[in-house]
Amino acid sequence: MISKRIIPCLDVRDGKLTKGIKFKGNVDIGDPVEAAREYYEQGADEIVFYDITASSDKRDIMIDVVRRVAETIFIPFSVGGGIRNLEDMRKVIHAGAEKVSVNSAAVENPQIITQGAKAFGSQCVVLGMDVKKVNVSDKIPSGYEMVIHGGRIYTGIDALWWAKEAENLGAGEICLNSIDADGVQTGYELNLTRMISENVKIPVIASGGAGKPEHLADVLTKGKADAALIASMVHYRTYTMTEIKQYLKEKGIKTRLFW
Amino acid sequence: MIAIIDYNAGNITSVARALQNIGQDFMVTDDTVKLDAASHVIFPGVGAAGEAMAYLRNKKLDIWLKDYLKTGRPLMGICLGTQIILDYSEENNTPCIGLIAGSTRRFPETLMSHVRLKIPQMGWNSVKMLRSHPVFENIPSEAEFYFVHSYYPSPTDREVVLGTTDYGINFCSVLAKNNLVAMQFHPEKSGRPGLQILKNFCTWRPS
Repeated sequence: MISKRIIPCLDVRDGKLTKGIKFKGNVDIGDPVEAAREYYEQGADEIVFYDITASSDKRDIMIDVVRRVAETIFIPFSVGGGIRNLEDMRKVIHAGAEKVSVNSAAVENPQIITQGAKAFGSQCVVLGMDVKKVNVSDKIPSGYEMVIHGGRIYTGIDALWWAKEAENLGAGEICLNSIDADGVQTGYELNLTRMISENVKIPVIASGGAGKPEHLADVLTKGKADAALIASMVHYRTYTMTEIKQYLKEKGIKTRLFW
Repeated sequence: MIAIIDYNAGNITSVARALQNIGQDFMVTDDTVKLDAASHVIFPGVGAAGEAMAYLRNKKLDIWLKDYLKTGRPLMGICLGTQIILDYSEENNTPCIGLIAGSTRRFPETLMSHVRLKIPQMGWNSVKMLRSHPVFENIPSEAEFYFVHSYYPSPTDREVVLGTTDYGINFCSVLAKNNLVAMQFHPEKSGRPGLQILKNFCTWRPS
C-alpha cells in the first residue's frame, strides 16, 4: 500500500534558503541545493521549494537553483512562489521540477490551472492554498477563507469551494497551508485538513504547524492528509527524517523506510 | 549506446539526468536511423495516451518499436511508456502500440482500502516481485518506488506480470517478456533503488 509522504519545505529568497515565522522575519540559513541533497540522503520523500524572492528581475536565480537541484536529487520536487503564467510554469518544469505550485495567480486567473494541466499534465499542477480561519458566513460557509499574496489579501473566497473548483479545473494535488498554524509549531490545522481531504479526490499535502512527530501522526490519521510538509522541526535540526519516520512506524503509519 | 526515445513526453530530462548521475553515456533522439544504432532503448513518458500515440504514429516510432523489439535488444518502458506498449488504453480510448497483449485501465472511482483512496495514486509504494529478473537485481524487497498515475497496465497474459503493487486493487506494476521490461513507477525519481534499476538495465544482456 502507498506510503504517507514526508516533505521538507524550503523557502528560498534570492537563491538562499530561509525560513519565516508567519511569513515575517525571514533569516538566511543556507544553500537550498545542499539542503535538498541533505534531505534526499536522509530519506525525504519529496521536496517543496517556495521562491519568496520579491523582485522579478531576480527570479531567474531560482531557475538556476531548480536546475542544480534536479542534477542532485532523484526524488520528485515542486516549485512554487511567484508563478504568474504558463511561461513561468514552463521554465520551472523545463529546469527539472516535477511539479509547479500555483497559489495567488490561480485565484486571480483560474484558467492557469487548466492551461498548466493541458500543457504538462494534471500531475504537474499543484494548487497551493493559504487559508485562514474566519467566522462562518453565507459567503464563507466552511469558515475558512482563501488568502493570497503571502497572507496579505483576503479574497472573500471559501477555501472548500475553491479546493473543489480547482480539482475540476485540473489541479493534480493540493498543498494546503494554514496561516494560523504556520510557523507556530503547535500542530497542523486538523479540521481544515480533514474537511478538504475528504471532499476532493486528489491528494492533499498538509502544511503549517509541524513542531513534533506527534503532529505528523495526527494530520496523517485524524486529518486524513496524504502527505505532510515540515520545515522548522528539521531545518533547525530538532528532529531528523529518520526519527520522524521511526515515530510514525511505531504509531502504525506507513512511510518509506528504505532509501 | 543507450538511447532515450524523445517524443515530447515530459520526463525525458529526468531520465537523462539520472543516467548522467550513474555515469552512463546516452543519446536522446526521435530519429529512427540513430535509434537503429542503439544497444538499449528507454521509452519514457508522462502525459496522456492520446497525444503520445498521435506523436509516435506521426514519427512512425510505433512501427519502429515493434521492429526493434524483434531484434532482441533490450527495451525499457517507464510510466506512460509502459501503458502504451499494450494494445489499448482507456485514457482517451486510444489504440496503442501492442507490443504486449492487454489494455491500460483507469483506477475504479470507488477505490478503497480502509479509507477511500485518491486518484491519481501519487507517492511511494512497494512492488511484490513474482520472480527474479536481471533488471531488478540488488533491489531489496523493502524498497519503494515513486508512482504518479490514474491508469494501470492490465496485460492479458499473466505470464508477463513480473511485479504487482497494491493500491486498493492489486495491479501489474512491472511487466517483462523476453527482451522487454516495463514499469509503471518512475525509476528516475525513486532514489537509489531507482538508479540501481537503470544501472541494471544499461548492462542487461537478454539471452
